[in-house]
Amino acid sequence: METPQERHPEESRPYARRAFLGATALGLTSLFWGKSVWSAFTSAARPLENALPASLVPSGWRIYTVASTMPTFDSTTWRLQIAGLVDRPQTLTIADLRSLPRAEQVSTFHCVTGWSVENVHWAGVRFRDLLAAAGPQASGTVLEFVSAEAPYVDTLMLRQAELHDAMLAYEMDGEPLRREHGAPVRVVIPEMYGYKNVKWVERIVVTDQVSPGYWEQRGYDVDAWVGKSNGL
Amino acid sequence: MTSTPGSASRMASSPVATEPVVFTSEPRYIHRFSRTERTLHWVHAAAFFVLLGSGLVLYVPRLSELVGRRPFVKDVHFDTGLAWMLALALIVVLGDRRGLRRTLRELDGFDRDDRLWLRRIPRPQGRFNAGQKLNAALTASFALLFAVSGVLLWYGERNSSFRFASTILLHDGLMYVSLVLLAGHLYLALIYPSTRHALRGMTTGSVRRDWAREHHSKWVDEQKSPRE
Repeated sequence: METPQERHPEESRPYARRAFLGATALGLTSLFWGKSVWSAFTSAARPLENALPASLVPSGWRIYTVASTMPTFDSTTWRLQIAGLVDRPQTLTIADLRSLPRAEQVSTFHCVTGWSVENVHWAGVRFRDLLAAAGPQASGTVLEFVSAEAPYVDTLMLRQAELHDAMLAYEMDGEPLRREHGAPVRVVIPEMYGYKNVKWVERIVVTDQVSPGYWEQRGYDVDAWVGKSNGL
Repeated sequence: MTSTPGSASRMASSPVATEPVVFTSEPRYIHRFSRTERTLHWVHAAAFFVLLGSGLVLYVPRLSELVGRRPFVKDVHFDTGLAWMLALALIVVLGDRRGLRRTLRELDGFDRDDRLWLRRIPRPQGRFNAGQKLNAALTASFALLFAVSGVLLWYGERNSSFRFASTILLHDGLMYVSLVLLAGHLYLALIYPSTRHALRGMTTGSVRRDWAREHHSKWVDEQKSPRE
C-alpha cells in the first residue's frame, strides 16, 4: 500500500512541456530542412524500395485537378487539334500521334507544392516532330495548351517546348497514360513545375503572345523553372 | 491436454467466488473528465476524422480519381480546419478555464513515479498516466503544426513568399505519425480489456472507482484526502 505521498515539488519535471516544445520546434524547423533530409532518406532507402513489390511502394504522385469531374476520353472519337498561326491546321487521332517519331525519356517530375516523383518513364512525341506537318509561321512563338479539363490552360514558349526533354507524352511507365495523369496525352517539361505540364491536352494553339494560364491567373510565375521560380 | 473429464462441469458447479463486500459510503463512480475536457476531446476527434477523410481523398491518387470533385473536397478540408480551430478556441474561452489550467499543470509534471512508469516499472499513477501525458503533449503539438502547415499550404498558393518546399512534407508526415498515435489510442480505448473502461470517462465523465484505483491510484487517493 502506498503511504501518503510526500510532496517534493522539485521532483516534478515538466516533461510534457518539453515534449510539446521539442516536437513543435522539430516540426517548424523542418520547413527548412525537411525536403533535403527526406530526399537523402529516400535515396538511401532505394534498395529496400526496389526489393518490395511495386504495389506496396507509394508512387509519390498526387492528382491535382481544378474541375469537378476528371475528363474521360473515347479513343475512337478523340482528336488533337493543332491550330492558330500554322500553315496547315491539323486534326490528329491517337493512331496519327503514334505514327510520329517516338521519343522516350526518364525524368523527374517536380510539383510546385513540394513533392517530386523521380525516374518517371515517358514516351511520346517531341514538339518539333508534332508541329512539323502543321508548319508554325514565323510569328508563332508561343504554344497554348487547352485541356479537356476546362478551364485549365497554360502556355510554353516554342523554344521552351523544344527543349531536349520536353514532349507531348502518351505513355507513362510503360503503359498508356492513365486517366488521372492526363489520358490520352499530356505535356511533359521536367525543367518546369507540374502546372506547366498540362494534362488532358485536346488543343494546341500556336500564337504570338503569352496569355496567363490557369495558375498564372492566380499568381503563379509564367516561367516555372524548377528551383528558380514561385519563391522556391 | 491436462484437463480431466468432468473438470468443466465441476468448475461450473463450484460456488461462484463472491466479490469482496466493501462497506463504504463511497459512490461507485468517480468523476474523471469535466464537460469542457470532454467537449474538447470530441470536437478534436470529430474534426480529425473529417480532416483525415477529406485529406486522404486529396492525397491518395486512387481516391482522388474515384471521388473527383477536388475543388469541393479541398473546400471541405480547409473549412473543416478553420471550424476546428475556431471551435477549440471557443471551448477554451467559454469553458471551464480554471479547470483546464489545472489539467495543463497535471499533464505537464512528471514526478518520480511517472518517470519510472515510462521505463515500464509499474508505479501508481495520477489522473493521467505518463503515457497519456506524453500523448496529450504530442497531440497538442501536432494540432499546432497541422494548423501552421495547413495555413501555409493555403496561403502559399496565393502568395509565393509563403511557399516552402517542405510544407507539404510536414503536413503529410504529421498525418502518418498521427495515425500511429491514433491507432494506439483507439486500441487502448476500445479494445484492450483492462484499459477500455476509460472510454466511459470520456463519454459520461465518470469511471468505476475500483477501475480507477487500479489504474490511477494516486488520483483516487487525492480525491479522498481533504484538499490542503
